[in-house]
Amino acid sequence: MTNRFTTVGLAGGLIFGASVAFAQQADITIGQQLEPPHLDPTSAAAGAIDQVVYSNIFEGLTRFGPDGSVGPGLARSWDVSEDGLTYTFHLAEGVKFHDGTTMDAEDVVFSLNRARAEDSANAQKALFAGITDVVATDAATVTVTLSNPDGAFPFKMAWGDAVIVAPESIDGIKTTPIGTGAFMFDNWVEGDRIELKKNPEYWGEPAMLDAVTFKFISDPTAAFASMMAEDVDVFAAFPAPENLPQFDADPRFKVLVGSTEGETILAINNKQAPFDNVKVREAVAHAINRQEIIDGAQFGYGTPIGTHFAPHNPDYVDLTGQSGYDPEKAKMLLEEAGVTLPLKVKMTLPPPSYARRGGEIIAAQLRQVGIEAQIENVEWAQWLEGTFRGKDYALTIVSHTEPMDINIYARPDYYFQYDNADFQALIAKIDVESDPAARSEMFKQAQQVIADDYVNAYLFQLPLITVAKAGVEGLWENAPTQAADMTAVHWAE
Amino acid sequence: MLRYTLTRLLSLAVSLAVASVVIFMAVEILPGDPATLMLGVNAQEDTLAALREQLGLNGSLWSRYLSWVGGMLTGDFGTSYTYRTPVAEMVGERLWISLPLAIYALTLSTLIAFPAGIWAASKRGSAADVGVMGVTQLGVAIPNFWFAMLMVVVFAINLRWFSAGGFPGWDKGFWLSMKSLTLPAIALALPQASILARVMRSSLLDTLSEDFVRTARAKGLSKRQALWRHALRNALIPVLTIIGLQFSFLLAGGIIIENVFYLPGLGRMIFQAVSARDLIVVESVVMLLVFAVIAVNFLVEISYALVDPRLRHGR
Repeated sequence: MTNRFTTVGLAGGLIFGASVAFAQQADITIGQQLEPPHLDPTSAAAGAIDQVVYSNIFEGLTRFGPDGSVGPGLARSWDVSEDGLTYTFHLAEGVKFHDGTTMDAEDVVFSLNRARAEDSANAQKALFAGITDVVATDAATVTVTLSNPDGAFPFKMAWGDAVIVAPESIDGIKTTPIGTGAFMFDNWVEGDRIELKKNPEYWGEPAMLDAVTFKFISDPTAAFASMMAEDVDVFAAFPAPENLPQFDADPRFKVLVGSTEGETILAINNKQAPFDNVKVREAVAHAINRQEIIDGAQFGYGTPIGTHFAPHNPDYVDLTGQSGYDPEKAKMLLEEAGVTLPLKVKMTLPPPSYARRGGEIIAAQLRQVGIEAQIENVEWAQWLEGTFRGKDYALTIVSHTEPMDINIYARPDYYFQYDNADFQALIAKIDVESDPAARSEMFKQAQQVIADDYVNAYLFQLPLITVAKAGVEGLWENAPTQAADMTAVHWAE
Repeated sequence: MLRYTLTRLLSLAVSLAVASVVIFMAVEILPGDPATLMLGVNAQEDTLAALREQLGLNGSLWSRYLSWVGGMLTGDFGTSYTYRTPVAEMVGERLWISLPLAIYALTLSTLIAFPAGIWAASKRGSAADVGVMGVTQLGVAIPNFWFAMLMVVVFAINLRWFSAGGFPGWDKGFWLSMKSLTLPAIALALPQASILARVMRSSLLDTLSEDFVRTARAKGLSKRQALWRHALRNALIPVLTIIGLQFSFLLAGGIIIENVFYLPGLGRMIFQAVSARDLIVVESVVMLLVFAVIAVNFLVEISYALVDPRLRHGR
């Protein structure tokens, strides 16, 4: 992590020199599809909020690097007690919020207590569930006591939902967020754009740009036009993959293809007959041709996966072979399971194009083995209520974008209703293990268990496609968390 | 005139009351819980309950309807679930884009349609008439969003005269803002102008064949004088009706054009509010639009009376 900071620091120095010489462009406009409903990352699930504020405006004790590793944020270092129950965070000194007030241990105590409070509206409250006590030992030291040892605690504190906020400015956080980051909130023209400006008193390595504008363009065709007309300099998560060859061929632009934490799966309702039979689920897995889906729905962008784990993670095990495309085997398995064909099932599809386009292809593939998937297109609100909470579905397609979320398989009431006591015990063991080698081994084991049980059909890792003007450098190529970290972005030349 | 106005006002009030019930019921039966949508897949049950309480989603259907209508009558349109700002404020901001855009488009369409329609009618059967009819036929047939995209390709991507969309804000300069509304206004105006020109032409032709025009001609007026002094005024009623309808459509119906040009207008706000289950925004804004449509119709009916004295003095 220190490495990254030095590199950034060096580059920053070089660029600063260059900007004096050529009076370089120091602002950037970045397009994205969704507008945040408000700017408080600690009280909503909307990824668009983190996209704007994460690490730009707000910082947490720790932070995600571009490669997904967890490094120091406001806490420059931390110690873990022998029993793994106590974390002592040493905060950076001289940190000020954008309104001029000092950031100290009391603010950390306030932020963590607010997130885990009874009436907290934090969308990821589970991140804080293990905390029993937060104490400010002195102005620059915070001691967090946990109920169980938790090797992933620094990882949890890196989430956008765990950023440090100030009691002085909490009331206005939704419209005028006050954080400690390298950029400060400047202006919000609702429906159109949010403007950030450089924080001149930033405690760490200062931002290289003077101003960043986030512009909200939801329509894929409009996104393409805005890029071509050079109204925006960067489009994060570009929504029209069919237009990418055009950008590739145009020297004005570059296309970055990275990875996200989004495991895109065909989720199966494990409690609904006949999918409560592992043979039927295995049949579904073999009936599906991943490459055809990636080519047809994603225009070739996406990495096939065979389990619920990100392929760029060092602990990833490639299990795609275990559920390779084999329609004959699928038919045989269905026969063995005694399923009467054709089998009519309900498949709900939420709005993203990976689901809607992918769903049509999957329905066609399933038909080949005698499963008639009846497609039902739903909006997110309907999906959450009917499919996710109501569990009224047999199949659905969704991308799970939270980082390191294999532990959802340990929740028997989760929407795919997978209930395996051994797996739950394994996850419980991982939770309290802080030895990296042992954790890694157990994560590999966990991936194998859910692949063996064919809990869901694993399709592909959702790519992150960014289109940018050729001169823009320092963008995150991957999305270890939903963020557009602009602190290291600058113009080349 | 007074009695005419009063009956119109009464029907306006009844329409609004019926609309409020229909809108409320329609929005309430939409599946999907706003709190779940806001907090996402990892939300805990107690967090959801706390949020529902905050949003006032726990009351009975009847009490929520009454508090909504009661609030609107006192000018309080509620607070958006997602943005947590008063709906009236949000509508105010968006209206500053949608209203000028609607007026801009309507002005353009009227400026094109009137001369074209009158010209075609006065030269009935000539090449000019055939030409106007052909062009307007095309104008009606071309979908406006497709025409909009075509303009973006030509004027924004190739010629770079305009930006592809967005709105800088009135505080950044009047002409800059008008410029950013120009392509959307043209896209909206094209089909409207075509329809209006055709209505203008046929209505004028109908009037020109009426007895009073023949009398005017027999009195010694030229064809041109008869058209301008007598026929035109009488041909305006159907045209005014269409303009009224078009204005309501432009105000609320710009959703697709607002999406193509990513303008933060009213239409896009409703669209986003529906998918975000921001029910209070949907209800209040749709209600406001209903009010606008009914009010515009009311004004149109009043203007009939101004154009046609017979309506003023009762039938």
